Amino acid sequence: MATHDTPEGPRIHIPALRFGTAYRSQDTATTAGAVVSQVNSGLIRRDLLNLSGAVAALQDIPTAQLFAMCRKAGELYQHGTLPVGDAGDQQAPEDYVRQASASTGLPHALVRNNMGKIAYVLNNMDEILRGLTRGLDPAVIDAGLGTQSGVPVSYYRTADALGVVLPSNSPGVNSLWIPALALKVPVILKPGRDDPWTPWRIIQALIAGGVPAKAFGYYPTGHDGAHTVLAGCGRSLLFGDASITKRWASDPRVEVHGPGYSKVLIGETHIDRWQELIPVLADSVAANGGRSCVNASAIVVPRNGAAIAAALAERLATIVPRSADDAGAGLAGFANPAMAESISASIDQGLKEPGAVDHSAKLRAGPRLVVHDGRTYLLPTVVACGSFDHPLANREFLFPYTSVVEVPQSRMLDLIGPSLVVSAIGDDPAWRRALLASPLIHRLNLGAMPTSHVHWDQPHEGNLFEFLYRRRAVQVAG
Amino acid sequence: MTSSAKTAKSSAAKSSAKADAVAEAKNKLDAHVRAIVKWHFSPATGSPFWLDWAKQAGWDPAKEVKGFADILRFPNFNDEWLRDEQPKRWVPKAYAGKPFKIFETGGTTGMPKQRISWTDHDHDYSEFSNTIEEKYFPKGSDWLMAGPTGPRRLRLAIEHLANVRGGCCYHLDLDPRWVKRCIGKGDYAQAEAYKEHVVDQAITILRHRQGINCLFTTPKILEAMAERTSLVGLGIKGVFCGGTSMTPQVVRFLAEEVLEGKAQFVPTYGNTLMGLACSEPVSAKGGWSVVYHAPQPRAVLRVVDPADSTKDVAVGGWGRVELSTFTKEFFMPRLLERDEAQRREPYVCYPWDGVADVRPFGAQSGKIIEGVY
Repeated sequence: MATHDTPEGPRIHIPALRFGTAYRSQDTATTAGAVVSQVNSGLIRRDLLNLSGAVAALQDIPTAQLFAMCRKAGELYQHGTLPVGDAGDQQAPEDYVRQASASTGLPHALVRNNMGKIAYVLNNMDEILRGLTRGLDPAVIDAGLGTQSGVPVSYYRTADALGVVLPSNSPGVNSLWIPALALKVPVILKPGRDDPWTPWRIIQALIAGGVPAKAFGYYPTGHDGAHTVLAGCGRSLLFGDASITKRWASDPRVEVHGPGYSKVLIGETHIDRWQELIPVLADSVAANGGRSCVNASAIVVPRNGAAIAAALAERLATIVPRSADDAGAGLAGFANPAMAESISASIDQGLKEPGAVDHSAKLRAGPRLVVHDGRTYLLPTVVACGSFDHPLANREFLFPYTSVVEVPQSRMLDLIGPSLVVSAIGDDPAWRRALLASPLIHRLNLGAMPTSHVHWDQPHEGNLFEFLYRRRAVQVAG
Repeated sequence: MTSSAKTAKSSAAKSSAKADAVAEAKNKLDAHVRAIVKWHFSPATGSPFWLDWAKQAGWDPAKEVKGFADILRFPNFNDEWLRDEQPKRWVPKAYAGKPFKIFETGGTTGMPKQRISWTDHDHDYSEFSNTIEEKYFPKGSDWLMAGPTGPRRLRLAIEHLANVRGGCCYHLDLDPRWVKRCIGKGDYAQAEAYKEHVVDQAITILRHRQGINCLFTTPKILEAMAERTSLVGLGIKGVFCGGTSMTPQVVRFLAEEVLEGKAQFVPTYGNTLMGLACSEPVSAKGGWSVVYHAPQPRAVLRVVDPADSTKDVAVGGWGRVELSTFTKEFFMPRLLERDEAQRREPYVCYPWDGVADVRPFGAQSGKIIEGVY
């Protein structure tokens, strides 16, 4: 049967993929529009013992050919009609937008933006790999050895598969695993509970583009299954909250993508021109509905904190819930209203501690949590904090939320803590040198640039090539 | 008579036979409960614990319990009593002076819960032996017991099962408390290493001893054993599994892939306090759902409203599992298990309610996370 009929309408059954072969599990989970097969951890572990076929399927395809396959997949992903589920249903791009929006809460416009990011990576895989490998000739990956800048080099794969435990917050993160295929490494994906659609559609596009189906594992599963993927794949990317990431934080086989705690730092040279920076701050906090780890969760300034918080709150207050298909929608709803309630309650609890002011509160007519068109939203919230010691100063939530914290420029790097992205706005050469030397910052944007701004030739939270390949010494006689 | 009329008549006859079987089982249960309650609450035969309890309860179960429905007059059994009371307090006077066995359940650190037994465990497994198929558990075959040992009754019970079927039983060392402790400390590598140690022992026995066709183990160990080798290839024909909840997908995977669709997979639900609840045969046709039926009248499983455990949920509904045990050796009314399940209709071989798709209580409740994921 194609679908499961429910009072809300038909649901597509999305099976697992075991090296490209559909497997309908007895256990299922539901999300808006889909019934998703849930596989047990033992099944995943058993499949991971048999990766040789998946590896072999990619091994002999020249990298240049894989780039072409990715390009074709990019076109199909963004504009084509592709199979969805295990009963012959087809999915046009607009179907995908509607389905991903319904299950993740993102408005259509933001799903389309994310589609664009993913398509860009597929369409420009040669550029992406050039960035990751610092210009290595792709033929070196094909042959296993060659030269780079006149020096003999040899690289070997560190894993037979890249495991990826995906989130549901934003489809764009799927762009991070796609280069593994071009690097001839099969992928074992555990989709996020509320976004089974995006990895499925990317896989279908890549298969239609010519990448062997055997190279793909797609295993919707629970926590136990997620741990099995991480334990069984030689290398993995893990997106998750602290409850799951803690166990893997010190395992070198796993690259952990937990909360980003990204920040904007405004230095002394620019703080008195803060009004000009409000658009950059607003983009940093609210791009992609405030759902990404690259969204700023704190803005750190040497002074004018209250004025900046008030102006930013006013700017963000224009972002209000709209219909999912409204082209101007910038706020994402919550698939699980209880999560919104919990987040809002957590902020209210924090505000009871002295030293914090919610500058958004006076700009809205009612509470932070609102229901629009039957969906739950949290309105953007800007909280000025007197110091980083305040419980609301360095928090990351799944909606446009930021603190504004006053800290002298000279103390900023001592207090910000690990930060996925820092946009540092200031011309002081000594400060720049200190920023460049800081081990706390994964991605550093120098100048007035939103934290959400991504150049694809730069690695995001680790370098996938260095993660999946290791250089060995090589000497060839004669 | 038309064929549809014949079908209707046959269906009505089956339905009537089932109703008769259910009524007969209920009568048998009521009579058994009356006798057992009388036994435990009569000064000539009862245990100090229950006799003292009755003095404070303000009613006399020996006289007032007429059937299973009256068991609802007891509050939920407090399993801390099994930790706090000395074992002799549970000894029925009729058994005074007869040495008993002590079996433990659960526990990781601190004082474990204990129950006493003379022959209950043998009795339960002799009865279970009558339910398993000769084709897959051949009489005279030997067994491997790859499950929890130590102070648990399984160690003796599986050996008894093998013996009553004419075979012997090989064992290994498995301390589940150590595994729980490792996981509790977040030492997953140690837990994994321990599992490997257990699997090493099991595979070594299977490879070096002939005639082992039958296996008792847990789903996780079964999976891990089959990741090393074909268990069917080593002669395993039947696997009796217990110790944890199994979703229909896990059951299907174990039957189809781990046992290659060739050896029989028999899931059971049980513990030291109950005995052994047998499952209806699992199959693709039945959606690989596991429906257990308590070893009535010696034990009764109800699926109850978590907010009011005196109320059963409707057939097909989910609720918390409540266990009552009624043997001459042990009386335990209305223990709320740490599991939830779906209530199912009586089955032809077990004409009383079943509990299906058992899972940890509260497994479906969500949690709140911080961060964008």
